[in-house]
Amino acid sequence: MLLASVFGFVLAYFLVLYGPQGLRPNNSKYKILDFVVNSIRSFPVIILIVAISPITRIIVGTSIGEKAAIFPLTLAATPFMARIIENSLKGVDRQLIEAARSFGASDFQIIMRVMVKESVPMIIAGTTLSTITFLSATTMAGAVGAGGIGAVALNYGYQSFNNTVLYTSVFLLFVMVLIIQWAGDWLYKKIV
Amino acid sequence: MITARNIVKSFGTTHVLRGLDLSIEKGSIYGLAGRSGAGKSTILRCINGLEEYDNGSLIVDGTDVKTLSRTGMMAFRKNIGMIFQQFSLLERLSVYDNVALPLRCWKYSSGVIDSKVRELLEIVGISEKIRQKPRELSGGQKQRVAIARALTMDPHILLCDEATSALDPKTSQAVMGLLKEINSRMGITIVFVTHQMSVIRGLCRQLAILERGKVAASGLVDDVFRRQPRALKNLMGEEFKDSGRAAERSTVLLLSDTVPDSFISGMAADLEIDVTIHPGGREGAGLTISFPKEADKEVAHYLAARMIDWKHIYDDTSSSEASCSQKYRAQMRAVIAERM
Repeated sequence: MLLASVFGFVLAYFLVLYGPQGLRPNNSKYKILDFVVNSIRSFPVIILIVAISPITRIIVGTSIGEKAAIFPLTLAATPFMARIIENSLKGVDRQLIEAARSFGASDFQIIMRVMVKESVPMIIAGTTLSTITFLSATTMAGAVGAGGIGAVALNYGYQSFNNTVLYTSVFLLFVMVLIIQWAGDWLYKKIV
Repeated sequence: MITARNIVKSFGTTHVLRGLDLSIEKGSIYGLAGRSGAGKSTILRCINGLEEYDNGSLIVDGTDVKTLSRTGMMAFRKNIGMIFQQFSLLERLSVYDNVALPLRCWKYSSGVIDSKVRELLEIVGISEKIRQKPRELSGGQKQRVAIARALTMDPHILLCDEATSALDPKTSQAVMGLLKEINSRMGITIVFVTHQMSVIRGLCRQLAILERGKVAASGLVDDVFRRQPRALKNLMGEEFKDSGRAAERSTVLLLSDTVPDSFISGMAADLEIDVTIHPGGREGAGLTISFPKEADKEVAHYLAARMIDWKHIYDDTSSSEASCSQKYRAQMRAVIAERM
């Protein structure tokens, strides 16, 4: 999620910069970025993991295991994070941007010092949401050999007819979701 | 010095500026008034390049705005401060950080930033709120912070876009006082966009009334009020329109600190209107005039503008308060008769 947030932020930066209402509108550049983001987002995570396994093998050296799962999961989460950050940045009052322009701030400064600062609470709320969404995706990745709780639930729980393992895994996931949501809410309240 | 020649600007098929000419002297306080859509905010935004004009020439302190590159424009904007109707402060930053923001963008050292921010907050009279967030401030205080922020880069020009429209009359008057002080103390040229005639009369020395993207009347404020009544009347039409949206009460600001309470109450009795004098008495006196009938709203607003003339009658008359009062009431009666 950390990597996805970093890459997502970079994508969001350019989406906001080149967007139709952006700081430096550029239709062709925006459309390319928009197409890339939409294309990756249209893949169901489990299909994406399988579909890009040859690329994963080239980059990571293997297409099986926890390390191999990081690449496709990051790739899947990045456009999702990019949209969340883009929408948060676009929610900043236009007049604040005008004010920053009026004292000579550059596009980079407007995004980093004004838009990001004002939209941090929204970005935190969005990151919490996507972390939980991709926790499910990570679990699904267990089905294609990524290991982790998902693999334990499937291999040692569901396929071994062991309900204790299955429901314990689900309970652990439930606790993790609660902790992530609580941490996100706490941080949001602290910042707002 | 700001010189605009034949400025044309359209948004799609909407022509906002249609050959606007303007000349603003250095160090002056210049008012731009007009109805909504007359182009006053657009020309203001052209001055600091927030809006690009289609044709014409706009020279600001010897620089042709249209010829500036992207980086040249950024440096150019350092010399022009701007304040907005809705203050445009970052809600998540403190007063200190809001004012420091332009200096940080221009990479000033922390020592310079600290001394400059404190000095400016002292000037605008809000230094005790330095660590507070904008949401903890009143409208007037927020506008003071915005003024301080606009002054951080030592601009030669301060652009004010409806800077007092969101404020109550008393706060509005205090902000006008501050702008006057800034103008005389720092010699900054102030260009003030407003539709409030009380602000024009109280703050500006020169005025241009815009109509459909052109200057309909311009000159010294007093001259425009005396010699160009048609343009003024057209502008007043907007205030009439606004009054329809207001309730039955119209707030009037009397921009004189010499208005005797006895005169106001005498005038109220004479004109059979209900006048409430705001707390604060003569200093920064504000009046609320209530007209009970729907049909009288136009009269209320017409009077609102005319009442400000009282100061000039009072100042120009060497005779007693009684005779001045008599002269003023006669004028008021004439106004009412004309409007009815």
